Amino acid sequence: MNNYPAMSRKSVRFLIPILSILTAFAVSALIIFTAGRDPVMIFQKMFRATFGSSYGAGQVVFRMTTLVLAGLAVAIPFKVRLFNIGAEGQLQMGAFAAAMTGAMLPACIPSSAAIFLCIMSAMMAGACWALVAGVLKVRFGVNEVIATIMLNFIAQGITGYLLTYHFALPSTVHTAPIIASAIIPAFDTVTGWFAKSPANLSTLLAAGVALLFQIILFKSRFGYEMRAAGLQPEAARYGGINAGMHTLIAMAVGGAAAGLGAANIVLGYKHYYEAGMTGGVGFAGIAVALLAGAHPLWIMLSALFFGVLEYGGLTVNAYIPKDIFMIIEAITIILVIAFSALGRRLQQQ
Amino acid sequence: MGVAVRLSDISKKFGSFSANSNISLAVDEGTIHALVGENGAGKSTLTKIIYGMHQPTSGEMQIKGKTVRFTSPREAIKAGIGMVHQHFMLVPELSVAENIILGNEQCGLFRPLPMKKCSALILKDADAYGLAVDPEALVASLSIGEQQRVEILKLLFRHAAIMIFDEPTAVLTPAETERLFATLRSLRDKGKTIILITHKLDEVLAVADTVSVMRKGEIVGTMPASTATKSELAQLMVGRSILLRVTNPLPSPGDIILSINHLGFCRANSEERVHDLSLNIRAGEIYGIAGVEGNGQSELLQVLWGLAPAGSVISGEALLKGKSLIGKKPADIAFMGVSHIPEDRLRHAVIGDYTVSENLLFGRHREHSFHQGIGFNTHALDRYAESMISDYAISCSSPAHQPLSTLSGGNQQKVVLARELNRPAISLLILAQPTRGVDIGAIETIHNKIIEARTSGVAVLLVSSELEEIIALSTRIGCIYKGSIRHEFTLEEVVHKREAPHAFQKEIGLHIT
Repeated sequence: MNNYPAMSRKSVRFLIPILSILTAFAVSALIIFTAGRDPVMIFQKMFRATFGSSYGAGQVVFRMTTLVLAGLAVAIPFKVRLFNIGAEGQLQMGAFAAAMTGAMLPACIPSSAAIFLCIMSAMMAGACWALVAGVLKVRFGVNEVIATIMLNFIAQGITGYLLTYHFALPSTVHTAPIIASAIIPAFDTVTGWFAKSPANLSTLLAAGVALLFQIILFKSRFGYEMRAAGLQPEAARYGGINAGMHTLIAMAVGGAAAGLGAANIVLGYKHYYEAGMTGGVGFAGIAVALLAGAHPLWIMLSALFFGVLEYGGLTVNAYIPKDIFMIIEAITIILVIAFSALGRRLQQQ
Repeated sequence: MGVAVRLSDISKKFGSFSANSNISLAVDEGTIHALVGENGAGKSTLTKIIYGMHQPTSGEMQIKGKTVRFTSPREAIKAGIGMVHQHFMLVPELSVAENIILGNEQCGLFRPLPMKKCSALILKDADAYGLAVDPEALVASLSIGEQQRVEILKLLFRHAAIMIFDEPTAVLTPAETERLFATLRSLRDKGKTIILITHKLDEVLAVADTVSVMRKGEIVGTMPASTATKSELAQLMVGRSILLRVTNPLPSPGDIILSINHLGFCRANSEERVHDLSLNIRAGEIYGIAGVEGNGQSELLQVLWGLAPAGSVISGEALLKGKSLIGKKPADIAFMGVSHIPEDRLRHAVIGDYTVSENLLFGRHREHSFHQGIGFNTHALDRYAESMISDYAISCSSPAHQPLSTLSGGNQQKVVLARELNRPAISLLILAQPTRGVDIGAIETIHNKIIEARTSGVAVLLVSSELEEIIALSTRIGCIYKGSIRHEFTLEEVVHKREAPHAFQKEIGLHIT
C-alpha cells in the first residue's frame, strides 16, 4: 500500500548524512595525503586510540555526552523554527551555576540530594538564559539568532567577571571545588568501565533525556502541537495552538538541556568552574543537531561521530595537526546542508 | 486606430490546471480596456503573459501587428509595455528620481548618475499628465497615491505605450481613485493604451472604453463599456451555468444560535472594515453571506474565530447561545461547539507534512476521546479515521502513514470537512468559500454534507462569492457591502426566488455592488 513518495523521502533523509560523512572523509584523506601523511595510517591510529582502548572509549563517551545535550539544546528549538546559536552561553551559565551550587552546599548533605540540586541549578540557569532570547522573540520580535549570539557574549562576560573578581581561588582561574557528595560518579568507580577516563553516569542521563524528547516530540499531544507550530505556524493559530508559548517552552527546554550538558563537565569531570571550560562545545552542538536532522535519537549517533573526531584528532596530533578534523567536521555539515537542498530539489522534479 | 495587443488562442497551463484557455482578445490603441472577473478567473495570469512574466503554453501574441514571444519582462519593456503592480515595486530608501531611473540609468556603469537631466525629464512628464510629485523626495515619505504616481512616471520614463494596471484602486482612497481616473483618461487622450484589471464594476463603467469579462480562465464576453450594465457584467462574471442540483429540503429553524449585533471592526490603521453589522442565525438554517470579496467578510470571520489581528478595534457583540465570542481564543471557541473551515485551507486548516489521520485530528486534538496517557489513543484514532474516510469518500491508501500533501485538493478539502462536521456537540459551522478550488465531484459531496449538517440542527454561516452556491444552499441570504448587511432575503423570498435563479442572481448582484 505504500505507493506514495514518503518512503523515498525517508530513505533520502537517512542517506544524506551517511553520504556527507563519507565524502568528508574522502576529502580529508586527500588533505592528509597532500600534507605528506598516509591517510590510512592516520585513520587506523585514530580508531585504535578511540575504540581500541577503554580509556579512549571513555574519552569519546564523555565528549559525546556533552555533545548529545548541546545538540538537543539546538534541536528542540529547531522544531519550532528557532535557530538557537546560544547553546554555548547556556552551557557557560549552567556550568557556573552547577559549580557555585556544588561549592556552597553544606558537606553533610546526602549525595543524591546534592547531585539533584546541582543538576537542577545548572538546568535552571541554562533554561533562564535561553528564555531571555525566547521572550525577546515573542514579546518584541527580536530575531533569536542575533539575540542568542549576543547572549553568548554576555554570558561570557558575566561568568568571566564573577570568576575573576569574586569566586576564583587565589592565583588560579577556577572556583572552589564542589563538595564530594555532589560529584557524579565516573563509570570507572561504579562499574569499572572506561578506566580512569572522565566518562561518568551523566551519559545515562543524556541518553534518557534524548529518549524522553523523542517520546514527547513524536508520541505526546504536546509534541503534536509543537511540531505543528513549527511546520505551519498560521495553521497552528487556526487550530487553537499557542505558538508563542511553544516558542518559549522550546527555548527553555533547549537551554535546560545545555545546562545538563554543563553538569556533565562540572559534576562529572572537573568538579569546579574554570575559565573557557566549555570550549565551544555549544557551537559543536549546532553541527550535531544539523547532522541528525534535529532528530533526538539520531543526535546520539551524530554526537558519537563528533566525539570520535574530537578526541581522535587529539590522539593523532603528533602526526597531523588536529585542525584536519575540524575541517572534516565543517565539511560534513556543509555537505549535509547542500545534499538536503539537492535532495529536496530532486524530489520536486 | 490600430490594434495595440492582439492575443490569439492563448492558453496557459500550470501542471494539469488551466489558468487561461483559448483566449483571443484585441486591445485597440488609445483606449482603456478593462479586464474584469472574480479572483482566480485568470486575469493576473493573462496580464503576466502580456508582460512576459509567464510564457503561454500555446497561442500567439502580437504587439502592434508584430508577432512576439517574450521570455522575460525585460523584453516586454523593450517592446513598450509597462505594468503597475498591485504591490508597488519601489525601493523606499531611494528618492523618487532614483526609483524612476532604476534599471534605465542612461549612463555607463561607473559614471555619475545624470540626475539633473533625469529630473528635468521626469518633471516634464509629470507636468504633461498632471502627476505632481517631488523628484527629490524619499519614496518612503510618500502616500500610497503618490507612490502610484511614481510607478506611472516610471512607465512614462521608459516610453511605455501600453500600460497594464493590476487592481490599481485596491489600495486607494476614493479621492485618490478619482485622481487616478483623471490620469488614466489623460494618458489615453495622449495615445497610450491602458489595460485595467479590476473586479470593481463601478470603476469599469466609470473609466473604461471596452470591457472583457473573464470566468474560469476564459473570456466570456467583450463589449463597449457604454452599452454594458452593472448587472449584466455581474452575471457574466458569476456565470450563467445551471444551478448545482442539491436537494434542499425545507428547513425547520429552531432557536437562535449565533446573534451578531451592531458589530464594528477597525484595523490597527483605523480603517473601518465592518460597520454596524447585525444578523441572527437559528439552529437548522444556513445563513448565506453574498458579496464581492473585500467587503468585510474576512474580518467578520476573524472576529468570530478569535483571530482579529493585534491592534484592531472591535465594537458591538457576537453571541453564541448568549455567550460572547469576542476576545476568546480559537481553542475556547471550538470548545463551545463551533467549527470553522477557513478559506485558505491549505495554509490554515491542514498541515501538509502530517499524516491524513493526524490532520483528521488537527484542532480537535484536545478532545478526551482521542487521548491515552500523554499521547493519543491510536486505536480510537484509526477507527475514527476509517469511518471518516468511508463516510466522506476520501481516497487515500493508508491514513496513518500517508502525508496529507499527497492527496488531491478535493480530498484534502473532504478531510477538513469530515473533521469539522464531526466535532462533538457542534452547534455552529462557519464556512468560507467551501468549494473554491474543488472539482465538481467533490462539490456534490461537500454540498450534501452541509445540507445534512443543517438538517440535523446545526446553524451554518456560509460565506461565498459564488452566488450559485449561496442560492442553492442558503435558508436566508444577507448581502454584504462595505462591511454591513445591506439587504436580507427571508426564508420565503429565498424559496420563492430560487425557482428563477438567474433573475435572483441579478437581484443579489444589485445589492452587493
